[in-house]
Amino acid sequence: MTTTNEAQPRGPAEFERRLAESDAAVAAFDEEQPSLLQRFRHFLHAHPTVVPFLVLVLGIALFASLVGGRFFHPFNMSLILQQVTIIGVLGIAQTLIILTAGIDLSVGAIMILSSVVMGRLAVYVGLPVEIAFLIGLVVGLACGMLNGLLVTRLKLPPFIVTLGTWSIFGALNLWYSASATIRQQEIAATAPFLQWTGTALQFGAARLTYGSILMIVLAALVWYLLNRTAFGRHVYATGDDPEAARLAGIDTGRTLLAVYAIAGALCAVAGWVLIGRVGAVSPLSGQTANLDSITAVVIGGTSLFGGRGSIVGTLVGALIVGVFRNGLALSGVDVLWQEFAVGVLIIVAVAIDQWLRKVAQ
Amino acid sequence: MSETPVLEARSLVKRYGRVVALDHADFELRRNEILAVIGDNGAGKSTLIKALAGAVKPDAGEILLDGQPVQFRSPMDARDAGIETVFQNLALSPALSIADNMFLGRERKRKDILGRYLGLLDRKTMRDEARQRLSELGLMTIQNIGQLVETLSGGQRQGVAIARAAAFGSKLVIMDEPTAALGVKESRKVLELMLDVKRRGLPIVLISHNMPHVFEVADRIHIHRLGRRIAVINPKDYSMSDAVAIMTGAMRPPEAMAA
Ligand SMILES: Nc1ncnc2c1ncn2[C@@H]1O[C@H](COP(=O)(O)OP(=O)(O)O)[C@@H](O)[C@H]1O
Ligand SMILES: [Mg+2]
Repeated sequence: MTTTNEAQPRGPAEFERRLAESDAAVAAFDEEQPSLLQRFRHFLHAHPTVVPFLVLVLGIALFASLVGGRFFHPFNMSLILQQVTIIGVLGIAQTLIILTAGIDLSVGAIMILSSVVMGRLAVYVGLPVEIAFLIGLVVGLACGMLNGLLVTRLKLPPFIVTLGTWSIFGALNLWYSASATIRQQEIAATAPFLQWTGTALQFGAARLTYGSILMIVLAALVWYLLNRTAFGRHVYATGDDPEAARLAGIDTGRTLLAVYAIAGALCAVAGWVLIGRVGAVSPLSGQTANLDSITAVVIGGTSLFGGRGSIVGTLVGALIVGVFRNGLALSGVDVLWQEFAVGVLIIVAVAIDQWLRKVAQ
Repeated sequence: MSETPVLEARSLVKRYGRVVALDHADFELRRNEILAVIGDNGAGKSTLIKALAGAVKPDAGEILLDGQPVQFRSPMDARDAGIETVFQNLALSPALSIADNMFLGRERKRKDILGRYLGLLDRKTMRDEARQRLSELGLMTIQNIGQLVETLSGGQRQGVAIARAAAFGSKLVIMDEPTAALGVKESRKVLELMLDVKRRGLPIVLISHNMPHVFEVADRIHIHRLGRRIAVINPKDYSMSDAVAIMTGAMRPPEAMAA
């Protein structure tokens, strides 16, 4: 508990004399009134999810008017959700890392490696599927810890560490899987649990997969961790200014290590979601997942400089990408323009972040 | 000289490679005083207070808190022992709120099951207490305790850092250059805050380059030169230019160390 220091009436005369001498107006810390634009900027700065949310709403409105009923059809809406689920889960992991001012280029590789481990152990080695699944989770956790140890102990930049481990995990994946796919029927016959994330609750035409539900549950858990626990505050502080965090008494090394480990485990869960979505286990699937996860985080308003952003933003960011891709496809626009649109979104998002960061002077 | 000093250091040594930042430096802080530490750039002031605050581990020498030898392995150790520090860079996280910053590194958990097993923070208590601390020090023109620190002015940030130190410090508060980055008005406010903290019974170590500020608030002045304490003077007995002359080596330090 805090020690309350009772005011001691020691030498009050001297103190009061000084007080009386000094300019009384000073005590107000007066500042000139900020302009409307400045206040708007402060508001956006303090609520980084507002812009992505507006973009999502505008995107939906845009495609609803362009494409009409087909876009708004429950089947299509639930399809978008399914399409963003894997990136959503990876994005949650990526958000944790980027909040610490890091970046993880290996999330996709960890995801695939974990899915291959789960699949092979269950289908070919014949382990009980639950055990295979747990080992897959541990593999993801271990991959994340390796990243974390390299970042915290060897003090290497996260970009370089995860560029390296991306190759390493990718190679391990090709070696362990012998580049072979485990087919859907094989998994369905021996380890259907691995495909559970692809099964769905049906609401009329809408399909809500367990994978999507899992994504939302994970997002809620990580949101809680970030916003309602001391660990979460430490993640933000570490990303914002590591030296200040250290001086405030935070063990920044342990915080970072935990972040990378949790992210690794989340990537393994993404591997499970991947099996459900694809049905099979393919060592070559999910190749674009790394960059897509970063895209979702950035478009979701999380700053690449660390300390600022949110899980909700990332889910919104993933949905924005899903809505634009889906809407453009339904509008009959060539696929290349989908990529173009995503590129524009990324640059606009980062530009807005830069502009908002200037609030801090 | 009958009372035990609150904080004492004997013969501290700290080397950075071939640079000797602390060269058998002594230090003494008494009860209910503001002790200013002055010295040229690179004299080793920051290193001295970092050693006292647990942010730097001295190579040799001893530190005594209330007469008891102590060894700090981290700023956390020093804080747990009752030494609070307002570092030159404030150690605030700009992207976090005022309340979050006040409790950074020592967050309060709820006392119920949720707090115990799920680490749920007691945000209401933290906000209320932060608000109370700030208003005690007359800083409640910061209306919103949930406001991000980066939206505050330099003086307001300094105010938050000082309020945090005063709230948690049970033995003493160390401030490294608290007025260096501030304008005239905000400096005055910070000096008032310091006198207020002292009046509440917490002694203060003030590191500063600003002689008028030092002479206004300090009870004694520790002069640091080339990694060690070369004199302690009473500001009533010496002029500012004397102090600067001793500090830069232009004047011989007085024989008696204690003022
Ligand atoms: N972390 C460090 N690494 C290397 N040298 C340092 C470090 N910190 C301080 N020094 C050196 O130690 C000496 C004392 O520095 P410092 O304590 O910051 O002095 P002051 O605060 O009085 O200006 C300087 O020569 C400085 O360059
Ligand atoms: Mg200094």
